[in-house]
Amino acid sequence: MTKGGVGRQVRVSLPLAPFLALVGIFLLIPTVIVIVSAVYQGGQFSLDRVAALAKPTALRALWNSVVLSGVTAVVGSVLGAVLAYLIVSSPPASLLRRTVISLCSVLAQFGGVALAFAFLATVGSAGVFTVWAKANLGFDLGSSTWLYSLKGLILVYTYFQIPLMVIVFLPALEGLREQWREAAVSLGASTWDYWREVAIPLLRPAFLGSMLLLFANAFAAYATAAALVSQGSPIIPLLIRAALTSEVVLGQAGFAFALALETVVVVAVVMIAYTMLVRRTARWLQ
Amino acid sequence: MTAPTQHDSVTETGLAVELTDLTRVYGSVSALDGLTLHIEPGEMVALLGPSGCGKTTALRILAGLDEATSGTVSVGGNDLTGVPANKRDMGMVFQAYSLFPHLTVLDNVAFGLKLRGEGVGERHKRASEMLELVGLSQHRDKYASQLSGGQQQRVALARALAIRPSVLLLDEPLSALDAKVRVQLREEIRRVQREVGTTTLFVTHDQEEALAIADRVGVMGKGQLQQLATPVELYTSPATPFVAEFVGLSNRLAAEVSQGMVQVLDSRVSALPGSISAGRGIALVRPESVTVTADVDGTARVTAVEFLGPFSRTRLMTVEGEEVVAQMTSAQARELRVGDRVELSIEPSGVLVIAEDPDS
Amino acid sequence: MLRIAAFSLFALFFLFPLYAMGDFSTRAPGTGARTLDAWKNLVADDVLFGGIVISVALAACTVAAMLLVLVPTMIWVRLRAPWARGLVEFLCLLPLTIPALVIVVGLRDVYLWVTYFLGESTLTLTFVYTVLVLPYAYRALDAALSAIDLNTLSEAARSLGAGWAKTILQVIVPNIWSGIISAAFIAIAVVIGEYTIASLSGFENLQVVIVQIGKTDGATSVAASLAVLLFGVALLLLLSLFTRDRKLGVEAEDPALLTPAPTVAANRGADA
Repeated sequence: MTKGGVGRQVRVSLPLAPFLALVGIFLLIPTVIVIVSAVYQGGQFSLDRVAALAKPTALRALWNSVVLSGVTAVVGSVLGAVLAYLIVSSPPASLLRRTVISLCSVLAQFGGVALAFAFLATVGSAGVFTVWAKANLGFDLGSSTWLYSLKGLILVYTYFQIPLMVIVFLPALEGLREQWREAAVSLGASTWDYWREVAIPLLRPAFLGSMLLLFANAFAAYATAAALVSQGSPIIPLLIRAALTSEVVLGQAGFAFALALETVVVVAVVMIAYTMLVRRTARWLQ
Repeated sequence: MTAPTQHDSVTETGLAVELTDLTRVYGSVSALDGLTLHIEPGEMVALLGPSGCGKTTALRILAGLDEATSGTVSVGGNDLTGVPANKRDMGMVFQAYSLFPHLTVLDNVAFGLKLRGEGVGERHKRASEMLELVGLSQHRDKYASQLSGGQQQRVALARALAIRPSVLLLDEPLSALDAKVRVQLREEIRRVQREVGTTTLFVTHDQEEALAIADRVGVMGKGQLQQLATPVELYTSPATPFVAEFVGLSNRLAAEVSQGMVQVLDSRVSALPGSISAGRGIALVRPESVTVTADVDGTARVTAVEFLGPFSRTRLMTVEGEEVVAQMTSAQARELRVGDRVELSIEPSGVLVIAEDPDS
Repeated sequence: MLRIAAFSLFALFFLFPLYAMGDFSTRAPGTGARTLDAWKNLVADDVLFGGIVISVALAACTVAAMLLVLVPTMIWVRLRAPWARGLVEFLCLLPLTIPALVIVVGLRDVYLWVTYFLGESTLTLTFVYTVLVLPYAYRALDAALSAIDLNTLSEAARSLGAGWAKTILQVIVPNIWSGIISAAFIAIAVVIGEYTIASLSGFENLQVVIVQIGKTDGATSVAASLAVLLFGVALLLLLSLFTRDRKLGVEAEDPALLTPAPTVAANRGADA
């Protein structure tokens, strides 16, 4: 390469520097630190921290996280798909539709802590529904700590999983062209025939992919659980909190690195599966 | 043109289609205003008109995809009112994007047969026959995205015909395609339709298409059928001003009508039925009906000559200040120069005279 | 109809907690009366108000930083460095696969340096927040940039004598305004709602304060949470109405649908 060539390469790349620096320092380096620190201790390669992931507490947390993410992914994707279908069948520019979509977006992505308090206000010990149930139905929701257990987390997580499904799946539903339905009908298809032979095969990859997305989302979610559960670490994100704040003596604070590594591996695997699933078939619905 | 091949198994007997006094009202808008149309068995009728004229609405009502406000639809003598779209046994080709993207070409064509419960062997055999009919056998295992627009429409045609429909419906099938492909494909459609013999209704806004391939053309405007006739009749004897102006080009020239004859541009020709009965009016004269003769004492002057390949158009200005467009062979046009004095006359065939515009 | 019944069920499921929040936060303890005390705390309580102020400031800084870094970079990539397009897109979407939870674990060491140079202010969170909003911002700006003929516009401006700064500010920016507003609004929503990184790094932003207050004063934190939710909905609703009015020719997709997750239909990575 000529001197002018190299110089030109540099000049063209230079304006990208601020962006690359930002991403490098605040995204890539922390990730590298996590990965490296999980397997390096005191300058030496060591699998101690990773081995700690196999301890009972960590395994239980992993199991709980998987159950939580799996259940809410399935429930969220099915109910979310139904809600998305309801939205798609309403007039496109209506205020109601815009409001519903905005609400879904907020709940799904920006409302972590707020959801926890919404729950407390509804089914907490002094919650509106709890009080009403005690008075009218006779059973006392507030007596048990179910809200802070896995059951409670599953319920509150659906409050952002369903909206997330709506947001992720809605474009796929909108990609179903009316001509396909009409063509199928003109060829003799009943409504059920159309869904069985055309719509469902076309939507299946998008549906399954969205479900995977929901799984990854729940697995790495922190804010809602952290705001709701102040003691104990039933799931991985809360275990990370414990390790970082070192309240409970779980060993070293370095344990957090191993847990974070575990988290990013799970999420990365799911995202790769998602990409592979959706790659070929996304074009159908564009 | 290749000789038509015999596909005995695909030849069908067409059924007659009868649309009687169809109206379709949306709120305060009347999309169809009393359409009555009879299509002979095996005939191809084109519905021609600008957007909003109701032609697509009529087609969709026939297909069952839309419901008429009043009027009846019958095929082969059977009243189809109340029969749902998926039970009407009609094949439909849409403007674009109607092939199922997740199925191969062969499976697309066999789709209707699968719905009717035909076995794999049977329906693949029939689908293959249809693909051969439209000349796409070698693409049977491809997907829609791998085909060009023209090829996709041919597959759509094969798919519609595979179910042996009683009526074939084409909703602007060529509008989304390139000009050259459009010409090729319309011939293809005509060939296939003749071979299979299915009664066909074809909707388009392109008059060249309609005139080129249909047995009869129905010109529609504002929800009403303005005229239903063969292409030649439509062109030479327009029944209403709308038809005269929509189909082909027309000069608008001052004229005087009396006793069934029209005086225009120093010529006397007969007035077509539908003209005003007497008095002054505007004659709609086709450019190719205007004859231009060089004459030093002529009453018109050449203002422009446009060479259009096989023929040319000349623009002329009369001494009264009227602009006239005349069409002639390019050889004739070569004799003329801008500024030449010429004499104009109209060929003896009839012209339509409409009332004068109150604002003109 | 079945549709209305289903819609009603969903409405009940999602709107009841919001109603409950409203009810809970306006209860006068002991009596059955209503009180706005908890809501007044949004301004009256110093800590809470401080949290609001710092989060708003953080949002403003993040939007500014995001625009300053991302807009010139994306323009530059399209005009002069198309080879970098894949890289930039990949890096912008990477925060989807690397959750905030993971970033914060590795962030401590990095922030030791940041606070060493720039002090202990919560505003230093701007840097990592800018990274967090990259996926949304990239999507919004990319869509806006794709809708205009960037090459022609910038060449025209430059040939008339404008320098790069002028070209970007006075020619390009006005034409991608809807993308900028989109990116900004969503960034605001992200920052206001962010809890993970702030709390695990020891900073105090609005959400951290809300959780702290929640341990002793349930009503106030519920009020604040409801306020945040309503604010978010209002923000995104405004945004979707704004982008519709701009009439970009093609009816723009509802911007609230801009998720961090690669939506199925928008998966650009898919090639044959």
